[in-house]
Amino acid sequence: MFRPGKMISQVLGSLFKKPATSKYPFVKKAMPKNFRGKLRFYPEKCIGCRMCMRDCPSGAITIRTVGEKKFEAEIDLAKCIYCGQCVDSCPKKALESTPEFELAQLDEGKLKVVFSAEPGNDTKTKT
Amino acid sequence: MTGALFNIFIFPGVLFIAAFGLAAEYIDRKLCAMLQNRVGPPWFQPVADFIKLAAKEDVIPQHADSGVFKMMPIIAMTSIITAFVYIPMWSTQALFAFKGDLVVVLYLLTIPTLTYFLGGWYSRSVFSMIGAVRSVTQLFAYEIPLFLSILAPAMLADTWSLSGMSQYYNGHPWAILFNVVGFVIAIVSLMGKLEKVPFDIPEAETEIVAGAFTEYSGRLLALFRLAIDMELVIGASLLAAVFLPFGLHLGPWAGFGLYIVKVLFVIALVSLLRTVFARLRIDQMISFCWKVVAPIAFIQFIADLIIKGIHS
Amino acid sequence: MPEREVKIPIGPQHPALKEPESFLITLRGEKITDMTVRLGYNHRGIEKACEQRTYIQDMYLVERVCGICSHSHSTCFIQAVEEIAGLEVPKRAIYIRTLIAELERIHSHLLWLGVAGHEIGFDTLLMYTWRDREAVMDILALLTGNRVNYGINTIGGVRRDITPDQIPQILTAIDTLEERTKYYVKVGTEEITLRERLSGVGKLSKEDAIHLGATGPTARASGVDRDTRRDDPYGAYGLLQFEVITDDHCDVYGRTLVRLGELMESYKLVRQILRQLPEGQIMVKAPRKISAGQAISRYEAPRGEDVHYVKANGTEKPERVKLRAPTLANVQVVAHMLKDGYLADTPIVIAAIDPCFSCTDRAVSIMDSNNGQAGTMDWPALRSYSIEWYRKQGTDFSELNRKFRILMESE
Repeated sequence: MFRPGKMISQVLGSLFKKPATSKYPFVKKAMPKNFRGKLRFYPEKCIGCRMCMRDCPSGAITIRTVGEKKFEAEIDLAKCIYCGQCVDSCPKKALESTPEFELAQLDEGKLKVVFSAEPGNDTKTKT
Repeated sequence: MTGALFNIFIFPGVLFIAAFGLAAEYIDRKLCAMLQNRVGPPWFQPVADFIKLAAKEDVIPQHADSGVFKMMPIIAMTSIITAFVYIPMWSTQALFAFKGDLVVVLYLLTIPTLTYFLGGWYSRSVFSMIGAVRSVTQLFAYEIPLFLSILAPAMLADTWSLSGMSQYYNGHPWAILFNVVGFVIAIVSLMGKLEKVPFDIPEAETEIVAGAFTEYSGRLLALFRLAIDMELVIGASLLAAVFLPFGLHLGPWAGFGLYIVKVLFVIALVSLLRTVFARLRIDQMISFCWKVVAPIAFIQFIADLIIKGIHS
Repeated sequence: MPEREVKIPIGPQHPALKEPESFLITLRGEKITDMTVRLGYNHRGIEKACEQRTYIQDMYLVERVCGICSHSHSTCFIQAVEEIAGLEVPKRAIYIRTLIAELERIHSHLLWLGVAGHEIGFDTLLMYTWRDREAVMDILALLTGNRVNYGINTIGGVRRDITPDQIPQILTAIDTLEERTKYYVKVGTEEITLRERLSGVGKLSKEDAIHLGATGPTARASGVDRDTRRDDPYGAYGLLQFEVITDDHCDVYGRTLVRLGELMESYKLVRQILRQLPEGQIMVKAPRKISAGQAISRYEAPRGEDVHYVKANGTEKPERVKLRAPTLANVQVVAHMLKDGYLADTPIVIAAIDPCFSCTDRAVSIMDSNNGQAGTMDWPALRSYSIEWYRKQGTDFSELNRKFRILMESE
């Protein structure tokens, strides 16, 4: 049976419901805990095998030797596709994905994140 | 003299209608958003859109007729504002009135559609030409029901003047109920005139980009959009004056408040109908208007004729 | 007086198209007299890029062929590679893959409903279906870690497991969605403006559907009873009960009904999978070098049948990967369907095949513009041809060669 304006009852009902959209960026939505966002590197666990570099589809991660068994990682946030393959490939669990996803930048230099060998000293530097 | 100039340019003239038009656009968009379960734009969105468009450069296509191209938005706005001075709003007397001003108002409200056609045609772009042709084709479909449904109450009131009609209905409030069917038909035809879904065929975004307005940009587009907003307000005022002419003797402030409520009621109806329908094709729209809407308008006309015959 | 013929370009940039393609329409008034389709605006060289990356890297590359049917491409590719390597994937992994596949189908069909509503000017349907689609996206983010491009596959199984506390959340979301879909079925069949716009539009008879090679819901709406999930079962489909939805309307309305019916079937499938989910491992160790061999893998993507061909030669990188997306088969029927149609029907007819032009642009045919002969070129021939062309234009290669040498030496 044809009824013109079939959606009218739902549409009028929406007037009294909370809107489904939210006023981002004043109201933010949190992603689940195991969301694959920005990577995090633990230099104390890294052994320099560079399996992550081998398996990265886009060449976003670079491991550099800065001392005797000390390694630092540079991750290019623009090249990273946030697949998390490096997290799986690392034999020592030195990499993990965090739920942080608001990574847009106006300054291109800030897109290369360096996790240096002294933990707690993460810097965002231009190379 | 200064009184007349104040009336024409400030209140209830250009500035008032422009402000009311922008406010009406906000209410339409916000209501539409709430019906679609969204948040919607903030209150200053239409003003921001207007300022943004006015600050941009006008780009006129090389092959377009530049004179006609530039004049069309101004002619549209002028005719709409001129129509407004004859519509009674919060009293039974409009700003200016004379016998037969109903016909003049209907004529002046047809001019904007012609400006869309001419603006689109002289843009010489394929999408604009198709939009322009559709605009005029749609005119053939909704004009007759609109005229019939507005002339029926006029005939019942035995006058062709809008102010005269308001006086008659203010004296005989029960006569308004005879025109309810006409009100429904007038709303449907008004949606055709204002090119709102399901009749927004001349400006179908997913088919012909923006129809007649495709090549317009910058200040000319800002003026065109303002003209469309004003058309919404004035079409709603016309319907409120013809079909809801009650409470006109309450004096200036209460009358003004009641007028705003009536216009917002009509705009709310238009917004609600906009959200529950899909867009029709032009051939479906013409067959719908001629097979369903026009006969009902005609029936309303005959009914008013009979009632008038019985009454007198 | 005969009306003039006007040529309108729908695309490459047009509000009706979500992705660039060129449909050049010849109009007489509002009727379409002729139409030419040109593809290739989205060609990114993915097949070539696959040959230069290892299988693990290729998995993520193939997944990003399309955003909406990403799991389809990823699973299809992985199935081909696992067949060549002779890996026995554990049952639990297969079930999880099928679960994500059905969730993807749900999200894709809801997206299509919204897009179809938008193309015919029914923005309310767009807002409502996309609001409901958020429920599926949230579930997928919870299970896989991302809302699109799930990355749940790996060679030999899946990367993440489903924990018992996630299952009730999935079931609640499915219950809500089922109720909403029943409402959309009612809207689709009863709302008069929708019926007017969708019926009788884009007609495709059964013989034409088979002859022109349409697949997926486009063909099933014309009565062609083909579904790769039933005809050539992959994944867990051999062990699950479901129906293949066909329809006889042969127009866009039929395609709407088929997709709505498939949504209801997907809800049933998700519940079956969660009930029958076996215990066990989620992956087996896969070798890095895949032994020589070739395989073809077929998959029922939300848009139709997706075919992947992989040829391995014993190294870490594949020798040849070919993807044939369903839209490549369906886009050829668009010109046929729009003949003698109206301009106003063009967006909805194009949207009714559920186009995903990112998937489509694979094959490139090189035509000599002088004599219209088509041919193929291999990589060395193409390179020398382009160098020759630029040399004729007067490009000086000495500066480029110097910079190239400096670049090579600094690496």
